[in-house]
Amino acid sequence: MSTNIKKRVTDIGPPHYEQFLPPIIKENYGKWKYHYFMRPGVMVHVGESGDQLYTVRAASPRLCSINTIRLFADLADEFCGGYLRFTSRNNVEFLLSEESNVEPLIERLAKEGFPVGGFGNSISNPVHTQGWIHCHSAASDASGVVKAMMDDLFEYFAEPKLPAKLRLAFACCLNMCGAVHCSDIAILGVHRRIPEINSETIRVQCEIPTTVASCPTGAIRPTNVDGKQSVEVIEEQCMFCANCYTVCPSMTLNDPEMDGLSIWVGGKVSNARTEPKFSKLAIPFIPNNPPRWPEVVDAVRNIVEVYAANAKKFERLGEWIELIGWPKFFKLTGIEFTKYHIDDFSHAGETFKRSLHFRQ
Amino acid sequence: MSEKESKTPLVDELEKGPWPSFVKEIKSIDNPKAKDLLGVLERSYEDKVGHWKHGGLVGVMGYGGGVIGRYNDLPDEFPEVAAFHTMRVNHPAGWFYTSDVLRKLCDVWEEHGSGLTNMHGSTGDIIFLGCSTEELEPTFEKLTELGFDLGGSGSCLRTPSCCNGMARCEWACYDTMGLTYDLTMEYQDELHRPPFPYKFKFKMAGCANDCVASIARADMSIIGTWKDEIQIDADAVKEYAASGDLDILEDVVSRCPTKCMSWDGQELLIDDADCVKCMHCINAMPKALAPGKDRGATILVGSKAPIIGGALLSSVMVPFLKMEPPYEDLKELVDALWELWGEHGKNRERIGEFIQRIGLGNFLDQIGLDPTPEMISQPRANPYIFYELDDEDEYEDDEDY
Repeated sequence: MSTNIKKRVTDIGPPHYEQFLPPIIKENYGKWKYHYFMRPGVMVHVGESGDQLYTVRAASPRLCSINTIRLFADLADEFCGGYLRFTSRNNVEFLLSEESNVEPLIERLAKEGFPVGGFGNSISNPVHTQGWIHCHSAASDASGVVKAMMDDLFEYFAEPKLPAKLRLAFACCLNMCGAVHCSDIAILGVHRRIPEINSETIRVQCEIPTTVASCPTGAIRPTNVDGKQSVEVIEEQCMFCANCYTVCPSMTLNDPEMDGLSIWVGGKVSNARTEPKFSKLAIPFIPNNPPRWPEVVDAVRNIVEVYAANAKKFERLGEWIELIGWPKFFKLTGIEFTKYHIDDFSHAGETFKRSLHFRQ
Repeated sequence: MSEKESKTPLVDELEKGPWPSFVKEIKSIDNPKAKDLLGVLERSYEDKVGHWKHGGLVGVMGYGGGVIGRYNDLPDEFPEVAAFHTMRVNHPAGWFYTSDVLRKLCDVWEEHGSGLTNMHGSTGDIIFLGCSTEELEPTFEKLTELGFDLGGSGSCLRTPSCCNGMARCEWACYDTMGLTYDLTMEYQDELHRPPFPYKFKFKMAGCANDCVASIARADMSIIGTWKDEIQIDADAVKEYAASGDLDILEDVVSRCPTKCMSWDGQELLIDDADCVKCMHCINAMPKALAPGKDRGATILVGSKAPIIGGALLSSVMVPFLKMEPPYEDLKELVDALWELWGEHGKNRERIGEFIQRIGLGNFLDQIGLDPTPEMISQPRANPYIFYELDDEDEYEDDEDY
């Protein structure tokens, strides 16, 4: 008897990238000589062969419908032989061999609502997480805050007019699915109340020992509720990291009034000039205010403008702050310095000032 | 009334403005899943909390990763997104596509899922956002027919990713896309069936500019560098000087972290023995300067985001390694790391945290690497040293006895 059962295919891995490379890239692979920016949003790579590759970078909303992906595919067919790529920061890049197609493509992209920019000393597309669109531990929405923020900061995406590149990132909780901890400006969702324990479901959903062990500060203890196994949280020891919630869904932290956003500044991943660094706390808490989070948008714009007005060419935000010192950063931005700015976790002591090297 | 009042006035607000709108994306999809997703989001904007639950083991047959189970806490009101799982689809290295393959991926996702994606997720995968439990297996079958496979999740190796390297960058000190593909294929089992105490990520960056944030986000960061002299095109240096756009003394020489450069208005000199390959001068004058010819990579280990023990950057494990197929030295190191951490790492302990717990010195001993000063920012200042008897001491003790 014949059957229709097909052999199930697994572990084939991704397709080899080579089949998706345009001819100009295959021919110049590993043999590029230099690059330059032709205009905002367009980078030109020149090969040892003399070939020129024109990359047109447009912002995508990260959350892309299949309609938009098909639109990108159509534009790639029309202007660059069907070849395109995406960047690590959710931009779409069209890979053109013909200079004459650059302006017509940019016009079409603008007409379709996908502006070009993000190269050089600009704000590129922010890295961000899922937020209320899809995440269980989100303390805020991600796409919404990013959209509101980039509508406001749009000029800095469209034109490279900052002292250096400025990388924005957004994560909707401390898990930080996205390198927000090393960004020039990071917006981070925070919870501020202890987990609410559902003693009815915890026995079914969670392993008590794993849950107890998950707490970095040892704030969770096993206990009995009505003669049944559960846990309790020592309130003073909870730092709202939500690590327990990750291993135990019966310990929720979401709260409409207590959740919100914090802002961190001065991180970078590049080794250029100075070593990579973490982002540091600028603003400990701003309440959620959908749909446009105006307080967050204003706070970010303020930091960007103070930086743009004061930093010298090539100085990343964190490099500039290290030059002027943190007291002056707080003074210039008008951001209030509080007890929350002083670290009190594992390596806190390393952040205390133990010299007289500050400005009186 | 000719027009119905919108059911989602709050999120509708985010259709306005110059930045591309994710709300328009959701609305552009004409299916009940997308409508319910928008409804759930509007509810979150009203009451300022999320409505998603995690948990539930879902996936495709034989895999322990690649699918993130996601359920809604308002299933009666929004039944279409009651089960709305994420599928992580392993992207092609460098995120290069043809229009043809993108359309085929769209067709699969139109037939089996919500029609919504992330291009891409934070680790690099194509994200198929919103799949019902029963459509997981059919979607997977269609994906493999197209030549695609799932990426990693949970305590799996996560989908390796890289900068576009030699495909479109003159600074790539090794073939990042080649290595990414090689490692991804070599470790398919680790990618699909969780073998570790917790996640493990590789990120390949072609130079110290690190466009994939490797040093901040990868358990193993492989970052391109070189050993010999920066290549200088003296005529192009003069062009930059004459252009008026760049003050070579102020913008390049004075910003060199080791002060190993000089410029007298005619000639740019670099003392390469003192250069730390930071990339600044090359970034500032791409037409005039280029990385040297003796190229390879620095291997760093241990970066991660805050959960659990605090955020870490990767630290140097091998200062310089040639990066050529079949990458035997690198894989030997990977195997040694995985064996030690797999054996002794605690549940949900990333390798960076594991190294901090047992000490870098002990870790090096165990994996058989000699300590070198490149691995530290400074030697210890604290005198509480755990001296160990070496073999010779023990031998002499035996003799005395």
